[in-house]
Amino acid sequence: MTGPEYAGLGGWTPAKLGVPGEVRAVVAAPEPVLSRPGPEVDPTSAEVVRLAADLVATMRVSPGCVGLAAPQIGVSAQVFAVDVTGHPKAVTVHGTFVLCNARVVEASRWKAGREGCMSVPDLTGDVKRASRLVVEGVLPGSGEPVRLVTDGFEARALQHEIDHCAGLLFLDQVAGAHAVYQRKVYL
Amino acid sequence: MNELAITVIGRDRPGIVADVAEVLAGLGANLTDSTMTRLRGHFAMTLICVGPAAADVEAAFAPLAADGHLLATVRAVTPDGASEPAGEPYVLAVHGADRMGIVAAMTRVLADAGGNVTDLSTRLTGSLYVVVAEVELPPGSSDEVAGRLTRVAAELGVGVSLRPADTDLL
Repeated sequence: MTGPEYAGLGGWTPAKLGVPGEVRAVVAAPEPVLSRPGPEVDPTSAEVVRLAADLVATMRVSPGCVGLAAPQIGVSAQVFAVDVTGHPKAVTVHGTFVLCNARVVEASRWKAGREGCMSVPDLTGDVKRASRLVVEGVLPGSGEPVRLVTDGFEARALQHEIDHCAGLLFLDQVAGAHAVYQRKVYL
Repeated sequence: MNELAITVIGRDRPGIVADVAEVLAGLGANLTDSTMTRLRGHFAMTLICVGPAAADVEAAFAPLAADGHLLATVRAVTPDGASEPAGEPYVLAVHGADRMGIVAAMTRVLADAGGNVTDLSTRLTGSLYVVVAEVELPPGSSDEVAGRLTRVAAELGVGVSLRPADTDLL
């Protein structure tokens, strides 16, 4: 929870947004907004600050949700929230944060893992992701640039959300024809 | 040595694999490559085995299929099997609203480019249709194939991605 990486966010918390978030409806595939690359945003605009607060509020009321991207609440934009606090697979944890216009600048130690998604509720899939990751983006509100160094499960969550912002689902990244699994049993 | 291509499909229940494998073992058939999976409540087995004559296997399956719940087919095939990979391995993923002809249109693009599908699975969940295929593409053709896939996918209103398959060996 602490350590030099935590300073990457400069002590940012959702409270700094200064607006209460509203819980928004989460859209599911095949909703077209999920397959559309989102545009970059002005992180200081009131609209983006509200969007950031809504993402955090919606993520918090969704059981097991460790990340939520703007397209998942129907908004095509490069904004997402992540919080892997308390997750058993997490190593480095930066708490709750929202990033705008984020991109991966360094990725290494690729590992396969099973992923699910609130927007693809009935399926999971095996996806190879970098377990060492450096991401750069800007904070909503202040527009301050951040460089986040992370690993393990938080790195996976970040890559999943950055993909959402680019119009990609985990389904686009699955390892092969037998790497998608049904959550429902039809017996 | 006879090589047989066998399919068995029926309403899923515990024991289908054991029943079929027992019949084959009893005939001295050696089960080589197979896939067995449940598809929307039906259990489907596709397998190649080596050993007995097709007619003997068919006769031995008859009691299993007698209640009408299992359908089995047996066919003698030419044993050549293992072919060299024809190209570079890629993974194709398609997802979108279910509609007629998605697999037909996307695999036609692959076929026209000389691509060979080596594995493919589809899932329908709610209105979401997902296709994931492993395909060997002629060397150097992937960019053009990806472009064609994107155009066809746009016409169908679905998303598509084509990525090199991960061939890392440990």
